[in-house]
Amino acid sequence: MAPEAILKILQETFPDEVTEVMPEGVHPHAVVRPDRWHDIALFLRDDERLGFDWLRCISGVDHIEDKLLTAVYDLHATGKPDTPGAMWHVRNEIAIKVHVDRDNAHIPSVADVWPTADWHEREAYDLLGIIFDGHPDPRRILCCDDWVGHPLRKDYEFPLEYHGIPAVTEYGQTRPQH
Amino acid sequence: MAEKTLEFQPDLNVDFDREAMGDVQTEEMIINMGPQHPATHGVLRIILRTDGELILEATPYIGYLHRCAERIGENLQPYQWVPITDRLDYLAGMNNNHAFAIAVERLCGIEVPERAVYIRVIAAELNRIASHLVSFGCYGMDMGAFTPFLYAFREREYIMDLFEAMCGARLTYSYIFPGGVRFDLPEGFEERCREFLDYFEPKIDEYNDLLSFNHIFVNRTADVVTISAEQAIAYGLSGPVLRASGPKWDLRKVRPYDFYDRFDFEVPVGVEGGHDGIPHKIVVGDSWNRYFMRLLEMKQSVRIVRQALDQMPTDGPVKAKGANNVKLPSGSAYFEGENPRGQLGFYIEGDGSKIPYRLKARGPSFCNLSICSAACRNILIADMPAFIGSIDIVMGEVDR
Repeated sequence: MAPEAILKILQETFPDEVTEVMPEGVHPHAVVRPDRWHDIALFLRDDERLGFDWLRCISGVDHIEDKLLTAVYDLHATGKPDTPGAMWHVRNEIAIKVHVDRDNAHIPSVADVWPTADWHEREAYDLLGIIFDGHPDPRRILCCDDWVGHPLRKDYEFPLEYHGIPAVTEYGQTRPQH
Repeated sequence: MAEKTLEFQPDLNVDFDREAMGDVQTEEMIINMGPQHPATHGVLRIILRTDGELILEATPYIGYLHRCAERIGENLQPYQWVPITDRLDYLAGMNNNHAFAIAVERLCGIEVPERAVYIRVIAAELNRIASHLVSFGCYGMDMGAFTPFLYAFREREYIMDLFEAMCGARLTYSYIFPGGVRFDLPEGFEERCREFLDYFEPKIDEYNDLLSFNHIFVNRTADVVTISAEQAIAYGLSGPVLRASGPKWDLRKVRPYDFYDRFDFEVPVGVEGGHDGIPHKIVVGDSWNRYFMRLLEMKQSVRIVRQALDQMPTDGPVKAKGANNVKLPSGSAYFEGENPRGQLGFYIEGDGSKIPYRLKARGPSFCNLSICSAACRNILIADMPAFIGSIDIVMGEVDR
């Protein structure tokens, strides 16, 4: 199905939650409010016309000027072939962007809709600080458990030392300057 | 959607007669399969809760190889970030460069010259063979067979010689850039490549004789941690791990990029035991199938390289002009390439300057490993290396 048709179905079913659609370009996507994101995710997965059963990636983005954190969900709908043993194909392909406030970043977790989301959401929390409500195992995944701060935020202050290990050498600070 | 199809059934091969055990006191132990371990394929820590020989629960801990690649990507131009992509899945450097190059080209609308595309395909498929050789050799070694490891690395030396002739490096190539490739192929490369393919193709049957149908190997890997097709798609598995469970899904055919639709090759899927010479114990989606897919894929890669060498134009530019200093338009792009380990995805968001606003790498091993805690319940401790070796993870792209 073409991105316009997919986004039209989404807009008709959730007219208040879908704030923006962008069917043209290299990355067709819809912008969705976070409040009912879990219901929208279930609809995207279970509706027969859409059938998005494969969550490819959850990318977290920090839009510091707009004071927003974004989670971008890239989805695929796999299509089984009619004859067994033939190639599968992509039925549908779309991306969904969910914006939340930087100071109150809560998005409902979709780890029960797509089990892939489990680790991806942990990574988004770890590196950006987006809190996913209802996640079965909400803890850091890449950084240490006692790490302070969220490294991929644009205003992240690199620590000068960690448990006594300094981040300064005799040549000067190793903090990146840019 | 039936949620119960996503549950993993306890391994029925494990047969404990609990009543006959009587008052034998059992105790659960927490064992650490630490970051330094010969069978975890890198720095992966798994905490096992065991009851004797049976693993009740396995929790992986990752992040030991986190090198902040994505943060670095927010400070460098895309062509400067290409060496970091080499180090994501360090065994498949060309494929990483390839996926990243196409992601940037999609975002910026760069056209790649034809000869460069063919060179890229040749490099990517040769690297697929090299990567699968490492997986084959190390899996045999994990199961206790040391000889295949040496054979695999001997063949790999020939491929690394070819790569050294191409770009000067043996492991971290930084050869495929957004816009083309870095250098043209050296003189005599085509003959050397064809020589290698003619030498290598019969070796794959030798490896089957050596390892694949070996009685002990089959017993250790058949029906071990079987993953069904629905579970595989729900957990986001990709690559040979997904194809071993049934779905005939290969991005080179499903979403062809870089002229893959001009080549004639097959996509192997998981086989059922009991016919065609496949041992009886094997089921679709078990560890043996995940391993066997890689051997079959090596054969197909040889076919693709031969066709690419035949179809390649003899001269032409190998990089697009001005592709290095391109401004990234505002907007985003997401592209996935078919790597030896699965689908490596890059999400790039630009803001009008030359430096990306956000660069995210979706490592296939990251998603493939996430099934570990759900799948590894009620298996034997000896099945753990069999499972980890079969999903063929590289911690570089799990942690980035």
